[in-house]
Amino acid sequence: MTRTNEVLAYIVLAAVGILGPVFFENYIQQIAVLWIMVLMASTWDITGGQMGYNSLGNITFFGAGMYISAVVQISMGYDVAEYTAAFGAIKVDFTDTQYFTGIALGIIAGGIGAFLIAILFGIAVFGLRGPYFAIGTLGIAVAAGQFVGTIQYLGGGSGISMPVYPGGVDQRNVFFYILCFIITVISHIFLKWLYSTQFILAINAIRDDEDKAEAMGIKTGIYKVVAWSIAAFFMGLIGAVFGNMIGFIEPIEVAFPTATFGIFMVAMALLGGKGTLWGPILGAIVFHIIKETTWTLLLGWQWVALGTLIIINIVFFQQGIVGWLQEVKPEWFGLTVDSTSKKSEA
Amino acid sequence: MLDNLKLLFIWAPVMNVQLILDGIFIGAVFALTAYGLALVWGVMNIKNLAQGDFVIMGGYISFALFNAGFHPLLTLPLAMILMFGFGWLVYVIIIRRVIDKDMFTSLLATFGLSLLMQQVINLIFGPEVQTVDPDFKIYSAFDDFVTIPSIKILSLVLAALLALGVVLFMKKSRLGQSIRATAQDPRAARVMGINTDRVYAITFALNAAICGAAGVLVAMIWVIQPFYGIVYSIRSFAIVTASGLGNLPAVIGAGFGLGLAEQYTGIVFGAEYQVASAVVLLLLVLMWRQIKLRQKREVVR
Amino acid sequence: MNFNKLVLASISFVTGMLMLVFPLQAKVEGDKIILGSAISLTGKYATNGLHAQRGYDFAVERINSMGGVKVGGKTYMLSIKYYDDESTPARGAQLAERLIKQDGVEFMLGPYSSGLTKAIAPVTEKYGVPMVEAEGASRSLFTQGYRYLFAVLSTSEQYLSPSIDHAASMAKKNGKNPSSVKVAMAFENDPFSLDVREGVVDTAKKYGMKIVIDDKLPADLSDMSSTLTKVKAMRPDILLVSGHSKGAATAARQIGEMRINVPLISITHCEAAKVHEKFPKAAQGFLCPTQWSPNVPYSDSYFGDSKKYDREFKAAYPSYSAIPYQTAQASAAVLVWKLAFEAANSFDKDRLRDAISATQTETFYGKIKFSEAGNNIAKPMLMRQISGKKYADVVSANDLAWPRKVSY
Repeated sequence: MTRTNEVLAYIVLAAVGILGPVFFENYIQQIAVLWIMVLMASTWDITGGQMGYNSLGNITFFGAGMYISAVVQISMGYDVAEYTAAFGAIKVDFTDTQYFTGIALGIIAGGIGAFLIAILFGIAVFGLRGPYFAIGTLGIAVAAGQFVGTIQYLGGGSGISMPVYPGGVDQRNVFFYILCFIITVISHIFLKWLYSTQFILAINAIRDDEDKAEAMGIKTGIYKVVAWSIAAFFMGLIGAVFGNMIGFIEPIEVAFPTATFGIFMVAMALLGGKGTLWGPILGAIVFHIIKETTWTLLLGWQWVALGTLIIINIVFFQQGIVGWLQEVKPEWFGLTVDSTSKKSEA
Repeated sequence: MLDNLKLLFIWAPVMNVQLILDGIFIGAVFALTAYGLALVWGVMNIKNLAQGDFVIMGGYISFALFNAGFHPLLTLPLAMILMFGFGWLVYVIIIRRVIDKDMFTSLLATFGLSLLMQQVINLIFGPEVQTVDPDFKIYSAFDDFVTIPSIKILSLVLAALLALGVVLFMKKSRLGQSIRATAQDPRAARVMGINTDRVYAITFALNAAICGAAGVLVAMIWVIQPFYGIVYSIRSFAIVTASGLGNLPAVIGAGFGLGLAEQYTGIVFGAEYQVASAVVLLLLVLMWRQIKLRQKREVVR
Repeated sequence: MNFNKLVLASISFVTGMLMLVFPLQAKVEGDKIILGSAISLTGKYATNGLHAQRGYDFAVERINSMGGVKVGGKTYMLSIKYYDDESTPARGAQLAERLIKQDGVEFMLGPYSSGLTKAIAPVTEKYGVPMVEAEGASRSLFTQGYRYLFAVLSTSEQYLSPSIDHAASMAKKNGKNPSSVKVAMAFENDPFSLDVREGVVDTAKKYGMKIVIDDKLPADLSDMSSTLTKVKAMRPDILLVSGHSKGAATAARQIGEMRINVPLISITHCEAAKVHEKFPKAAQGFLCPTQWSPNVPYSDSYFGDSKKYDREFKAAYPSYSAIPYQTAQASAAVLVWKLAFEAANSFDKDRLRDAISATQTETFYGKIKFSEAGNNIAKPMLMRQISGKKYADVVSANDLAWPRKVSY
């Protein structure tokens, strides 16, 4: 993308991010979820788009971050086993200090925990390729949800009621909004930097031909695990925030929703165009708006509408919105129209 | 857990008979859907995430026909015919356009299809849990300790017949041979004058019909609801991934294995691990193959 | 058009859509009072979500046709704004937020299931929006000190504990010690069923009974034959199953198929899953807890007595042969709102909250009086046993057919 276009895009996004909640205060949570979707799609694209490893299990790290953070936060004031065994039946009271140190430590621990888990699982699954990798990672996510559901210490299927934010309603909304926005911005800046280093060349080489990349002396194993762990770190952070924002977490539907968010993030990245910095962002924005709109306007038909959208997108715009634009209007991306470099990265 | 093991092998070893039988009956239905998936995956490289929804749709067709007064067994061929037509339609509208694309294209297109089908079924039939209860005889042994509903035996026989029919069709018929030829090398097949587009359409429709048949059996043996498809999708993916493509005996073996594993995990570890056991087994198989291949310096792909 | 303009255009499209789609409605619009509810129309709770929605709609229609709601000398009609929460708590919480913040709803009706209510209650609480809920029974909802949450139904520990009591008295009657009773349980791994389980475990402990099977069913399990095989081997005296409609249907189907011969089988959500119709043979003698039955001797001036409600609801929705209590209590929740509006004679949230809290009335569904914690303490849970294709009331162990009469 050309410099001016990019600057403009940032100005617009910053305006939405900062002014949106000020002027449309009632939509603050929806905009917060929008940033979460943007983060999910962008981080999925590290492995999915840039490295050619299509994971269906990135949602594992979302749930892992959520549960790790819950444990850290609760242990600030209570015995976790006692807290969860009571099914939320004890009236909880955290002091302000306990709450805020808890949530700060919880989010960080969620990110780091997810990072470590990704290294562990990454070593296990990165020998798989293509559909086997996708299904293997999907298996991890499904198994994670099922296993957490059997752990009494974590509340099992009853879930955990998260500590309640000590301040007022509007303050709470703003607090979580800022967290979501900032984490997404940080992830974007980080990815932008990452995509300007040699790292991107290495993982792109893995996407294009892994065996050749290995023959060239690239330590593909390490690159693959690191790329996935980066995605996991941000997913862990945002999972921890999301758990607190929703207030009640539960393994199958909230923490490890493989059949919804787990696949939505892939759909969003593909909708916008995978393998680009801006594609997943655009895809997430469009997807989120369409989803929220159809859920209001087409109640009873919303899944039909969403399913149709995904099918049309896949069947007719396989390269995604950004990919399609690059083909139609290459000059917007600072590309010279040359049939060989037509599909190259901006 | 130790108590459960004791129960299984010392106090009431007859339990094993029931568990093995149930595992085989369940496994047969799993194997059927998995074989359909292996077919479309192997022949046209389509990973169909709507597989489970085809199953559920077949079940609902059977349910609707049964309520309209048809004999439950008659609903099986009817559902297969209807699903064959539906599969053809889906091929023409969607699958044809994603067939040569990378794997995620088909996965996501069928995911969209799956969402769509779930809600359309829900709109037509409502979200209630339904079942087709043919009220057939139930055989029992060991003083009612082991019970075998004849519908389960029948479904095992039907599943076996279907599998046999498909194998014969693939081996002997002209069409089956062209399907196999297309699977091996689509370009060469085209050169040889095979209409690959038609072969693909038939393959996909055949898969839908097989799923429809499985769905009829599911509706008669268990219960159906518009949103249960995902369970069958995940299991058929697990089976196909574990057994490889185009290998019917392995698919059947993996289907029975999965059925048995679920039954035994339910007893030994508790029902809460039953779903987890299926995916853990899948992961173990993948790991094992990965290690085996690493020794040969190859990768699973 | 260049890229800049495209970005600007898409952003203005975004905001435009937001404005278009989510206009901030008033809680009271013209002569309409708008109640809000996120309810499960898709996903695993959709069966009961639909039962509840029909109950809400039926009550709204009835109240409107009988003159609506009179507040400040003016007549208002009720209407409900629904969203589909997809049976997921995360979505439920977001939609509650949307109902309150964007649609301006200040009067909430509950979602289906304890899990969803657990997720939504903190939202309504923080906005101080009163919620009358009819489908969340978990006790943990009423220990958080929620001021704006009111439930018309009895809490979940009362669902299956009476079955244990009955088993104990049957044991005494047969000259055995209640502690000799062996209990088998299979509960879905979700907030509601686990809370039911807690109640059962406490009661069983009280009698010193032995729990021989304690399985937790995964939410997406459609086969419980391994649990039932274990039941056959352990020969318990009582089998308890709870797993919403799907659990009830799966259990009934396989109990029949595997010829389970346990003297007493007790299952939640029998009516909602229509087990008496679909599995008439296997379901003989099932002991089903219910919040309401058409035989309860209560009445009000809108729905008449419970028999009348039963009759008229069946006329409106002919697909029901037995009305699930989920429907009846949903209707009762709407009635509570109507009475509260008229008692408070205002649309002020806090005055309404106080009016709901002070509600003390009799409805076709039962008596309603809320405790400090918000649960209804005036209504007992009922037990019914399936006999033929009908439900027979079980008040004490004497009414019980024990062992259940079943011929496979």
